[in-house]
Amino acid sequence: MTSTSNETELAVVGAGPGGYAAAFLAADLGMKVALIDPEANPGGVCLYRGCIPSKALLHVAKVISESKHAAEWGVKFSSPEIDLDRVRGWKDEVVQKLTGGLGQLSKQRSVRYIRGTASFLDANTLSIHNSEGADEKLTARHVILATGSRPASIPGVPQKTPNVLDSTTALDLPCVPKTLLVVGGGYIGLELGTVYAALGSKVSVVEMTDGLLPGADRDLVSILAKRLEKAFVSIMLNSKVAEMSETRQGVKVKFEGAAGASSEQKFDKVLISVGRIPNSRLQGLDKTRVTVNSRGYIQVNPARQTADPAIYAIGDVAGEPLLAHKASHEGRTAVEAVAGHRVAFEPRAIPAVIFTDPEIAWCGLTETEAQRENRPVKVARFPWAASGRALTLGRTDGVTKLILDPDSEQILGVGICGPNAGDLIAEGVLAVEMVASAKDLELTIHPHPTLSETIMQAAEVFFGTSTDVYRPKRA
Amino acid sequence: MATEFRLPELGENIKAGDLVRVLVSEGDSVDRDQPVLELETDKATIEVPSPVRGIIQQIYVKDGEKIKVGQLIFTVNGDAEAASAGAPAGTGGETAQASPSAAPAAVPQPAPPGSGPEPPRAPNEVVELPRRAVPSAAVAAAPSVRRIARELGVEIGQITGTGPGGRISEEDVRRFVGEGGAGELVSPAFAAAASLPDFEKWGAIERKPMSQIRLKTAEHLSRAWATIPQVTQFDEADITQLEDLRGNYAKRVEAAGGKLTVTAIAVKVAASALRVFPNFATSFDGARSEIVYKKYCHIGVAVDTDRGLLVPIIRDADRKGITEIAKDLAALAEKARNRKLAPEEMEGGVFTITNLGGIGGTNFSPIVNFPEAAILGISRSKTEPTYVRGQIEPRLKLPLSLSYDHRLIDGADAARFLRWIVEALEQPFLLAL
Repeated sequence: MTSTSNETELAVVGAGPGGYAAAFLAADLGMKVALIDPEANPGGVCLYRGCIPSKALLHVAKVISESKHAAEWGVKFSSPEIDLDRVRGWKDEVVQKLTGGLGQLSKQRSVRYIRGTASFLDANTLSIHNSEGADEKLTARHVILATGSRPASIPGVPQKTPNVLDSTTALDLPCVPKTLLVVGGGYIGLELGTVYAALGSKVSVVEMTDGLLPGADRDLVSILAKRLEKAFVSIMLNSKVAEMSETRQGVKVKFEGAAGASSEQKFDKVLISVGRIPNSRLQGLDKTRVTVNSRGYIQVNPARQTADPAIYAIGDVAGEPLLAHKASHEGRTAVEAVAGHRVAFEPRAIPAVIFTDPEIAWCGLTETEAQRENRPVKVARFPWAASGRALTLGRTDGVTKLILDPDSEQILGVGICGPNAGDLIAEGVLAVEMVASAKDLELTIHPHPTLSETIMQAAEVFFGTSTDVYRPKRA
Repeated sequence: MATEFRLPELGENIKAGDLVRVLVSEGDSVDRDQPVLELETDKATIEVPSPVRGIIQQIYVKDGEKIKVGQLIFTVNGDAEAASAGAPAGTGGETAQASPSAAPAAVPQPAPPGSGPEPPRAPNEVVELPRRAVPSAAVAAAPSVRRIARELGVEIGQITGTGPGGRISEEDVRRFVGEGGAGELVSPAFAAAASLPDFEKWGAIERKPMSQIRLKTAEHLSRAWATIPQVTQFDEADITQLEDLRGNYAKRVEAAGGKLTVTAIAVKVAASALRVFPNFATSFDGARSEIVYKKYCHIGVAVDTDRGLLVPIIRDADRKGITEIAKDLAALAEKARNRKLAPEEMEGGVFTITNLGGIGGTNFSPIVNFPEAAILGISRSKTEPTYVRGQIEPRLKLPLSLSYDHRLIDGADAARFLRWIVEALEQPFLLAL
């Protein structure tokens, strides 16, 4: 017999940024909501093993790196002493504070938080194995799947060894290895590589394609690459790991280069950061009508509804890009759909940020995409060498660029490389969403002296009337 | 196995289109979501993406041909996967919904009827979304505007934006809805109802069904409000002299079976004004980019009844004298209050007059009675001290307001029109001239 307490209007499976955003909105709209996750509190990968802990550590890395640069400005520090336990402790405090806060918010909203894992008995019934080892049956009118993703691996990697890390174990900061190989030059590898390099590891990166951060515009990446070439020991492009074996001195890695030459090196630790795979293999999913595509993502319609009308899917498990802010937005869309509104997830721009030093951020159309689609665009670049604020920060290598429609002069995309690019991109997202034109940005007064001015200044460059950059008129 | 690709449903109102170009040839390999047809519909030229992947075996249509939804376009060799993810090949319609940026979307089908004793309000109700060939995120419109379009059931890709660079505003969406562009019109009055809060949180409430008149009024006024960019012009007429005349002739009109009211006189004045200003007797036909000029002069008069607002029509007001109009008006108002008004007695109006003077008020802005071009509002007259040739005199002033469709009528013309009415009321003999 199921008691009434085991019925709910909405069950959200997975309490990451997508799941808890969905559950909280549903509660705010007056629904009875259950939120199911194996962790003690909501937070998911983002808060426990992703965005938040990595940003805490990147902040540490930034302070270390700035203390070195300070010598150029006349302030000399002796080299830092790293108390790794304290660094880890501080990072854990940040995570505790945030996830604990979310636990509080769940209670305040009367969201029933169930610590456990869920499987389907049918489309409207979940069996939940809770953290105390008991099983309970939960009936829900609607289910939102927000089960996220996990780090992918590559074949031939030694399993269950403390010397091979993924993003989760790397964030645990087991030690500062003398040498670290990062496999995969995507954002996770570069961010964690930056952390370990700052803490003192000699970091090498191996990337299969011909450049770091595949998908990002090359002009932005090249600025970062220049810095990383100094911070890291080596960056091997067009290369891949052919073999990996554990030895007493660490991990022996055999590389295969583009030229066909193979080489061998030893590393204390290896970090595998080759991407993430969706957690779509829920038990009992076959008892529903949910469909999964060949890449493992649950298939959804624009309202994020799956092929089973009672079930929605959001976040990493529902497709790329695998980003927390995309998941939260989808979560809110799905809940509004459940509430009977006609809604669709259809952003013009989803910002992407890489929190390296310098940061890279972009949104909307990239130059790379425009070229691939043969779409005519105009690009306006403002080099940070002409920004007063960038000079005062001692960082003039950045750039802000606008990608514009040549006819309407509307902003289709924005790309930024430089400190705080991640914060600056928000204005770009708003510009793209609001279909702002270059004129709109040029005529909007920006505070001086700030890096945000570079967006307005890029618009001035577009019109050839920049105050800070002189371009002789073409005859 | 060959998979058939039939022209999917592209929008609520699109049944067919002229095939501008087939973008692929026989033997080409085609990817899912790859544009394969360029189709010109009465709304827009759109690219139709392929829902399947494989090699094109045979193409059954030619450039320039008119093709219909459901018509066989080509067959593809291979890829049974896509067909199984969507609908069975043949209906085809569903698969076109996949947005190019996301993975192909499987489109949920409603639960088969009779699959169990489900309550009528099944929780598993499929959220119906407008099927679109153009993803709305690719359209130049702000997120809030895209949301409004969706709520109103409009495919925003079909709307022509009036902003810089073709940017679509909320007004553009509302105008499109008013012109019948919405697949299934959800009038804003009703769309809003879906998001009402739970009032019982704050106290007791009672719910009553709307009367038919209330429903029709709500629909009609929502449409008028959403469609017509309207402006209200105010003025006032000195009717001191008119009041004297009205007193003098009241008996005569009463003997004829009417009542010489300000409304009756206003109907006559408006009918004469419409002859002088023919652009106030028009309708806006955006679909055909034409203005409809009406050569007849039927004038509606708003009547307040215990069941709600009704607007009976005085036929050919321009060919009737004030006495006759007064007689008609009395008869129609009587019928309206006794529920005897036939539907055809409320149809065909060119212009409407609404007089709230009997109740009070200094001024108000009436809503143009769609699909007319303007409406005249009359408020309560009052005696005011007025300078007349250097002397303060008590004069009777009648406040007037004219709401008009700004698409058809410029502000200056509206001011002239209302001025003309004011002068006619102030010097009634002008009507005779």
